[in-house]
Amino acid sequence: MASPLKCDLCTKPATVHLTQIVNNKVHKVDLCEACAQAKGVTDPSGFSLADLLLKASLTPEATVAEGLRCEHCGFTQTDFKKHGRFGCPHCYDTFKGMIEPMLDNMHKGTTHTGKVPHKALDRKLLTDRLSKLEGNLDDAIKSERYEDAARFRDEIHQVKQTFGQKLTS
Amino acid sequence: MTLASLLATPSELTDTASSKCAIVLMTRIRLARNLAGKSFPGWAKEKERNAILAACRDAVSATTQMKRSVSTTVDDLSDLEKQILVERHLISRELSGAKSGAGVIISKDQAFSVMINEEDHLRIQTMRAGFQLKKTWNAINDLDSALEDKLDYAFSPTLGYLTACPTNLGTGMRASAMMHLPALVISSQMEKVVRAVNQLGMVVRGLFGEGSDASGSIFQISNQTTLGESEEDIIKRLGSVLNSIIEHEVNARARLMENEASKLSDKIGRAYGILQNCHLLSSGEAMNLLSLVRLGIDLGMFPDDSRGVIDRLFIEAQPGHIQHTTKHDLESNERDTLRAEKLRTEFASFSKPNFSHNSQN
Ligand SMILES: [Zn+2]
Ligand SMILES: [Zn+2]
Repeated sequence: MASPLKCDLCTKPATVHLTQIVNNKVHKVDLCEACAQAKGVTDPSGFSLADLLLKASLTPEATVAEGLRCEHCGFTQTDFKKHGRFGCPHCYDTFKGMIEPMLDNMHKGTTHTGKVPHKALDRKLLTDRLSKLEGNLDDAIKSERYEDAARFRDEIHQVKQTFGQKLTS
Repeated sequence: MTLASLLATPSELTDTASSKCAIVLMTRIRLARNLAGKSFPGWAKEKERNAILAACRDAVSATTQMKRSVSTTVDDLSDLEKQILVERHLISRELSGAKSGAGVIISKDQAFSVMINEEDHLRIQTMRAGFQLKKTWNAINDLDSALEDKLDYAFSPTLGYLTACPTNLGTGMRASAMMHLPALVISSQMEKVVRAVNQLGMVVRGLFGEGSDASGSIFQISNQTTLGESEEDIIKRLGSVLNSIIEHEVNARARLMENEASKLSDKIGRAYGILQNCHLLSSGEAMNLLSLVRLGIDLGMFPDDSRGVIDRLFIEAQPGHIQHTTKHDLESNERDTLRAEKLRTEFASFSKPNFSHNSQN
């Protein structure tokens, strides 16, 4: 690499390079002199990588997520660096590699154990199923597979019935 | 109903009948929720924001909790109305500065409010006077479930409710209590308490004024993390932290009464005297004086039922509420005159302090 490393927090050339192991993962930070000072990196007792994790785009060693872009909303990693917020729910899939190591430091655990929106999830499952079946039905009719079409129609009818029950229960 | 009539009704916080708890003034829980497949408010284009606002308004207004409520967009609110809603904890400062396509729905008793297109599509909030974590959780859980009937929430089985900021992931819940801690402040123990509470994963903030400035010795204590623990567990943990803060405050009061009784009585007596006779009063000073009188009530120097008056004045002495009492725009010194006038009137009929049973209780 010929070009010098840039600071993770701004664009100045990095002169301070740090490595810290958090939960068995190696995190690397490269900072310029000014940012290192500002973040208290020079004072080893007061310095915690966790504080830096949110704003800086830290990547565990192997994954270099540069140039990643959410196909749902167009959000990029640079945008996250700038705002500290994501663009849409789908971004959590897109930037999985970047966000997962952050969560270790940010929260008590990394897996949700609280409330689950069962009704909304069931409804989503059913609507997804329904739109898939309707697609199948269209295809079957177009290619004149009438037995299949009848079967899909029955299934659609069934799903709609459960759907109705779910909504009223 | 209209916003004007809402502002004329006492809020959950200013309801004198329910102001029973001496140290915890209010319990508040908020849930962050987002719609599946939609861009978060900070990233969504104006058209999408407006569509989300419309969908969420319909769903929220249709719930039984919001049967009698006010629904408004931020664009339709005047600066003064926004300020008053912030002072009543019904909207956040962030919402009051939001770009167009944001709104709020507030129940008539002001116990529920739902902000739309703040940082997340929905910020659902419930407030209860006093120390009521369980009840507040049950109330907000019901409203959230009712909304789930109509809205498809963005949810991941592993990460929980998906939020714009990863610090709110999981439960999306921030549970908090507003605490009156004058003895810990007077005896300079607050810093120690803040540090200890932080280590337990909770956050302490001063309530009035910007940042950590805590005029009125009122602090808000809330959970910091939202992922990896159930709502019930977070609430249990917060509850035990609050109980231990209450214990420290009670002990600090006992120690002050034992070692510095006259100094304390002097502070409280002077606060009472100023409130009865002042002609210029900033909101910061008003908070501090009211806080001392409230401490006096807890120590038996004033009748117990006057605590509700103080809790109401904590809100009504705020700049927006003072401005609201008059038609023309006030300069800040005119506001101080008006605030002094209001408090003078209120305290003209406030019972005199009784310092006789100072040594005990
Ligand atoms: Zn830098
Ligand atoms: Zn996205």
